[in-house]
Amino acid sequence: MNTTDGVFRYDARAKATGRATYAADIKLTGMAHAVPVYTRFVRARGLRVEVEAAKAAPGVLAVLVAADVSGQVRYGQIEPDYPVLAQDLINFEGEVIALVVARTRAQALAAAALVVEEAEELPPLLDPESALAPAAPLLRLGKKDNIVNHGKMRRGDAEKALAGCELVLDERFSTQFIEHAYMEPEAAVAIPRPDGVMEIHGSMQHPFSTRRFVAAALGSLLAGVEVFNPPMGGGFGGKDDTAALVCARAALAARAVRRPVKLVYDREWSMRESYKRHPYKLHYRAGFGADGRFRAASIDMLCDSGAYTSVTPWVNWRSLVQCCGPYSVADVRTDVYAAATNNVFTGAMRGFGSPQVNFAVEQLMDMAAERLGLSPLEIRRINMLTQDGETITGQKLDGHVVSLGQVLDAIVRATDFERKFAASSRGAARDGTLYGIGLALSYRGASLGAEGADFCSSIVNCQADGSVILDAAIHENGQGAESVQMLVLAEELGIPLELIRRQRSSTSMIPDGGTTVATRGTIMGGGAVAVAARELKSLMARTLAPKLGVESDRVVFRSGRVGVEGGPGLSWEEAVAAMFAERIYPYAFGTFRAPKVSWDEETGQGDAYFTYVYSCQAAEVEVDAATGAVRLLAMTAAHDVGRAINRALTMGQAYGGMVQAAGMALFEDLAVKDGRVGNRNLDRYKIPRARDVPDLRCILVENADPSSPTGAKGIGEPAIELMAPAIANAVYNATGLRCRDLPIRIDPKELS
Amino acid sequence: MRVHVTVNGRVFERDVEEHKTLLRFLREDLGFTGTKEGCGAGECGACTIFLDGKTVNSCMVLAVEADGSAIETIEGEAKDGRLSVIQEAFDRHHAVQCGFCTGGMVMSVRELLQRTPKPSVDQIKEGIEGNFCRCTGYQQIIEAVLDASGQKELADKGGLKHA
Repeated sequence: MNTTDGVFRYDARAKATGRATYAADIKLTGMAHAVPVYTRFVRARGLRVEVEAAKAAPGVLAVLVAADVSGQVRYGQIEPDYPVLAQDLINFEGEVIALVVARTRAQALAAAALVVEEAEELPPLLDPESALAPAAPLLRLGKKDNIVNHGKMRRGDAEKALAGCELVLDERFSTQFIEHAYMEPEAAVAIPRPDGVMEIHGSMQHPFSTRRFVAAALGSLLAGVEVFNPPMGGGFGGKDDTAALVCARAALAARAVRRPVKLVYDREWSMRESYKRHPYKLHYRAGFGADGRFRAASIDMLCDSGAYTSVTPWVNWRSLVQCCGPYSVADVRTDVYAAATNNVFTGAMRGFGSPQVNFAVEQLMDMAAERLGLSPLEIRRINMLTQDGETITGQKLDGHVVSLGQVLDAIVRATDFERKFAASSRGAARDGTLYGIGLALSYRGASLGAEGADFCSSIVNCQADGSVILDAAIHENGQGAESVQMLVLAEELGIPLELIRRQRSSTSMIPDGGTTVATRGTIMGGGAVAVAARELKSLMARTLAPKLGVESDRVVFRSGRVGVEGGPGLSWEEAVAAMFAERIYPYAFGTFRAPKVSWDEETGQGDAYFTYVYSCQAAEVEVDAATGAVRLLAMTAAHDVGRAINRALTMGQAYGGMVQAAGMALFEDLAVKDGRVGNRNLDRYKIPRARDVPDLRCILVENADPSSPTGAKGIGEPAIELMAPAIANAVYNATGLRCRDLPIRIDPKELS
Repeated sequence: MRVHVTVNGRVFERDVEEHKTLLRFLREDLGFTGTKEGCGAGECGACTIFLDGKTVNSCMVLAVEADGSAIETIEGEAKDGRLSVIQEAFDRHHAVQCGFCTGGMVMSVRELLQRTPKPSVDQIKEGIEGNFCRCTGYQQIIEAVLDASGQKELADKGGLKHA
């Protein structure tokens, strides 16, 4: 199979027949069931939990509280602040104060109602502004303020440059809490094995992060926990901290009752406790010259980190790198603050800090264009980064093709943008409706960048009959990462996919390759597979060259054959057998180490990412002049993904990302009030349904990336970071009303 | 209470608690775990099954209410190890990502195609209105349904040639 044609999903049949076994589907002999007990407070101290009555209830095997945690009560990805079971303090309504373990789930639920909670209730801090006020009570254990993070960018002299600008836009924007709404709520099964290892099967995005949480709670060595990830029913960044805590609680329960324990969340628990996308408040002063040049920006952002830290500093960091969009700006001053509050905590979600800033920047570009008499296309073409251009972090883009012009042109052609922009209603309704088109443009750093150590491994293990077992330390999120890895291996080795099996490995079988986040799946996981395959080919070529009577560097692997083009060779199966005959395993371990990046915390300058994905998306909308209701007519995406390993899977990411972003733009709002999540199920938290979704189109631009072993970059997150501002611009072009707050709501009274 | 049901042609007889949903009865007591619980509130459609020939959200039905009924679940969709036309099309069009919605989605599509053998795109959207999918944006599911209903030329109009 040519890797760029056709659909290949090795797990599609198992999923389409209902045979794929998710964590909640696992059933083991003697398995007990755990359920969480939630606090009734939003903020309190002096927590006391009475469990005697619950312990005496029918079927109950154990009731655990913080005092029963043998390891660390508090743990976290950056700060060890999140209690696996609440201890003394209540910081938000999602705190689990006890865990009830019983023979059946029904018995555990019945006993949970008998747990008694007492504490001294305190007035909660409900917004980031009050949290940063001088007299605010301190929410973070052992810290002197409520500032979870402060990120800075100091480039040139923004104030001086703004003073010399023809146009300075002074605008404020806000974004809302967003729920990931993965279809599968959290679930875990923990098995206390006879060898002393705690075995975990859970719905999680990152087995190695889960292992750290579980080992911390148990007080165990990392090697004493083995985490498997069965098929996961969606994550979108949302199945790290909370999913790992669910696994850790199942492990604590399994250790206490010495038998397997299953802990499956229902939707209400999931939405109450799990972290969300950060709501941001953004204040931009953006300066432009009369020529349309984006010359300077002075930016303040404040986001709500909620009760705990999670990965807030890393999310803020990406907001910083992308705070001026994909444009060249000489003078920038940005401060991004994250504040602790008593709201539900916030963390990673697909996009990771960029959808919020793009919502502001890409509207500002349209606003500036209008004021300066330019079109949305002209102002972007004047300012967008070009080959060898310098980003606002001072990075020179000279290692790959900078393709903003290509993706913008692709969208203009595919949507007939100029004609439709001219035909947009701008507030003048025809037959009761208003029409508008809008677009947005971005650059997005691939993988972790200067957020963290970025490397990933893969194991290619050939069997005596020529079949191959593949493993890679990037795990499947449901997007098809493992299938992409198999395609990469088949192409590298020149063998049919039928010979390859993807091992569903555990944390004990391959080194930690980092999380399946940050659009790392293809670039890092696929990259590691390519490196391992090349190591294997090199080993086989060196070993078999004497037998073939040729120089090893002339040996190629193509069409199931190993040898010289048009010369001596062996079939793949013969070559593998010959390796075994030489007593050399046809086995390779390969590591892809991401190229070096750099960052200066004080100035916000450095080579932030080793490569960038360039994207443009457009939306067409119709607004009902009587009701203000916004209907999507079309959404179109163009992304430079480097190289599409599998076009159908790549497009699937683009479609899904656009629709999730449309949810952020138009439908979704968690309605957090008084520290309580208002919409705790999918009946009131509105994610897009099929009828909300218009025709979707995706154009793939491919400029193979020299820094990626496969040439591929990625698509997961670029796909979600643009549609909210594209829709906001389309709504403006339809109505003449600028939407600075999400979700977009049009008051029909304001329509003339 | 004693409950008799036929699931995918097999007869089962079990004692069941009165408050147990049909979804949990199928998953926990009978082992049909292909039917998923996404919301427990009748909204997401992941638990869609056929109950006496009509699709229902099995989280909204009590097991005891299904006494004497004929039930079909996703496990019964493939026959003798051969995927149905709908399942084949889902595979061919990459309509499956995380897969958690897929079982319920296939059930709703089967009902749609029974009622409307050649549905328009709007009719497809209406037919899967009660099934949430957070991964696909529905596009490749719609393409799969077009293909499964003999309208492959419409399925391919997005420029995605992959059959």
